[in-house]
Amino acid sequence: MTEALFIGFAAMLVASSLLVILHRNPVASALFLVLAFCSLAGIYLLFHAEFIGMVQIIVYAGAIMVLFLFVIMYLNLQRDEEGGVHIALRRGLGWVAGTVVLAEGVFMLARRWAPGPLTPEVPGEAAGNTQQLGMLLFSRYLFPFEVTSLVLLVAIIGVVVIAKGRSTAGSGTRPAPGEDG
Amino acid sequence: MREYLPVLMFLAVAIAFAAGTIGLSSIIVPRRSNARKMSAYECGVEPVGNARARFSVKFYLVAVLFILFDIEAVFLYPWAVTFRQLGLVGLIEMMVFIVILLIGYLYLLKKRALEWD
Repeated sequence: MTEALFIGFAAMLVASSLLVILHRNPVASALFLVLAFCSLAGIYLLFHAEFIGMVQIIVYAGAIMVLFLFVIMYLNLQRDEEGGVHIALRRGLGWVAGTVVLAEGVFMLARRWAPGPLTPEVPGEAAGNTQQLGMLLFSRYLFPFEVTSLVLLVAIIGVVVIAKGRSTAGSGTRPAPGEDG
Repeated sequence: MREYLPVLMFLAVAIAFAAGTIGLSSIIVPRRSNARKMSAYECGVEPVGNARARFSVKFYLVAVLFILFDIEAVFLYPWAVTFRQLGLVGLIEMMVFIVILLIGYLYLLKKRALEWD
């Protein structure tokens, strides 16, 4: 049962990931990325990592994809344009990098350097490991947890300084480079 | 695996409902289209130009802020399930976390970053 679910989720993940990079329409690519994130969340659930699975859906498929879609709209991307030397060069570089990563994966599996099948032991109770994660996060890893809020605070202030400082300079129009610091 | 049975049932009912209503309406709907039916009425003028216009950077500001507070909310889940064991100490820990982010929220309000001017 678990194996069949894993194969299903993995096949969906591979198929949707391929569609992300092969689809001509950038918005459709982004939506296939949502499907890829959801199938990855299913695989996390099979590993009894419920918290990671839910974070995958809430943060990645929810928030990060909104950001991606806004970037696509903001950059005003049209359909994928073929041709041009630098497009061909970029595509060639992508093929080379992908082939290297694939060869590395095959090599690792062939030499049995990859860990292989997962151990069947389940961390924590049957209900899930979110509780244990919480216990660790709020005792042993308390300092990193509190520092996270500072990192988020820096990000909040940073995004306001970058986006808001510019939009007040001139309403709608882009200021000349170097106009504001 | 058994504990996911309710989730699975919920998912099955949701998919069946969505597919059923869309499928049924596409079967029983009468299709008598004419030029006047397809025209834009009561909801604005005929579209002019390309819909793919450049968007304002303010949308991006909202999206980034959404991610940041979403990540804050993610940390509330492990806190909520361990709330009883952690007790008062956990409450104080979480309050420190939230107050630091509250400073960011007050900064947003002060800078009027959430207003659409």
